[in-house]
Amino acid sequence: MNCHKCDAKAVISLQHGSLCKSHFLSYFEEKVFRTINKFQLIERKDKLCIATSGGKDSLTVLYLTKKYLEKYNCNNELFALAVDEGIAKYREKTLRDLHHFCREQNIRLETVSFNEELGKNLDVAYPFINKGTKKKPCHICGVWRRYLLNKQARDLGATKVVTGHNLDDEAQAIVMNLFKANTKIAGRLGPISGIEEQELFVQRVKPLYFCLEKEVRLYTILKGWQVQFAECPYSHTGYRHDIQEMLNEFEQKYKGTKQGIINSFLAMLPLLREEERKQPEEIKPCQECGEAANQEVCNACKMKAIIQSC
Amino acid sequence: MKISVHIERTNTTQKIDFSGITVRQLLCQLDLNLETVLVARNNEVLTEEETLQENDLLEILSVISGG
Repeated sequence: MNCHKCDAKAVISLQHGSLCKSHFLSYFEEKVFRTINKFQLIERKDKLCIATSGGKDSLTVLYLTKKYLEKYNCNNELFALAVDEGIAKYREKTLRDLHHFCREQNIRLETVSFNEELGKNLDVAYPFINKGTKKKPCHICGVWRRYLLNKQARDLGATKVVTGHNLDDEAQAIVMNLFKANTKIAGRLGPISGIEEQELFVQRVKPLYFCLEKEVRLYTILKGWQVQFAECPYSHTGYRHDIQEMLNEFEQKYKGTKQGIINSFLAMLPLLREEERKQPEEIKPCQECGEAANQEVCNACKMKAIIQSC
Repeated sequence: MKISVHIERTNTTQKIDFSGITVRQLLCQLDLNLETVLVARNNEVLTEEETLQENDLLEILSVISGG
C-alpha cells in the first residue's frame, strides 16, 4: 500500500488514507501544533513544566513542545518534571530513558519521589492503604502523582503543566466518567484541564489530545527513539484497563470510534462547565499540607495518614 | 508458509505456520487487536494490508505501554 500523498510505501492506514514515513511525521507534528494554537495551550508568558515519565507519550510531548517553541520563536522557559512512584522493575527503566533523552535534548530535568515526599514508595504504601480503604493502586498513584506534580510545578514557578495524555487516554476518561455518572469530573477534562483558574492549581494542558496512542508509538519508532516497552505491573488492576480493552475492540470493528467520543464530548463540554459554574466546588487549602482540597484534609494527606498510623 | 514472529510484550519469538497473506490476517490468527500493535519487518513498519512472505521475520510492537 502506498502513501496517498506520494508514491512512497505507507507506514500507517488512517481514516482519511495511508501515509508514508515522511508524510506521517509532518501530519503528526502539524496536528500537535494545531492543537496548541487552536486551544491556546501555550502563551508567551508561560513557564512550562512538562510532566514526564520516560514513556512514549511524555517523550513525544516533551520533544514537540520544545520544537513548537523553536518553530514559533517563543522564549518560554521549559523544564521536565518526573515523578518516581517507586514501582519495582518498571519506573527505573523509563526514568533511565528519560535521563538519557533530556541529556541529548539539553532539557533540564527535575525529579521527585513518593518515598521522599510522602514517606513510602507505591509498592510499600499500596497494601496498607488498600487494607483499610479498598483503594486500588491506580487510584492511590493517581492522587499522589497529581498532588506532587501540581505542588512541584508551582514551587518551581511553572504556570502550565504540559502532559502527554493522548486521544485514547481522554476517550477512556470520558467513558469512565460517563459510566460512573461523574459529570462534575467530566467537566474538568478537555485539552485544558479545569473549569476556573485557581491560585493553588497549575493549569494542565494536553498537546497530544487528538493523537491516537497508536500514532504516538509510531512517531517514536519513526524518530528512532529507544523507548523500551514498559508496562506498569498494576495497570491490569484498574477500571481503566477494562474500558481501554472495550474501546480497542470497538475501534477495530468501527474505525473512528475514539475520535467520535472526543468530538461528541467537546461539543458537550461547554454545557458541562456551565452547569459546574452554577454550583462551583469550594477549593480551600488542606489543613495538613496547605495544598488545594475540596474537604478539610486533602486525599493525599488522608492516605499519608493511613501509612503513618501503621 | 512459515514465518518467525518476535512479540515485544512477552519478549518471545515463535515460528508459526501462517495460512493467510496479509498483516491483518496474521494478527487475526494470533488473536491480536489491530489497535494495540504495530508490525515491523527489517525495521520498517508495515500497514495492515502489507503482504507477508515465506521466512519473514516480524517484530510485533506493543502500542500500549505505561500505566
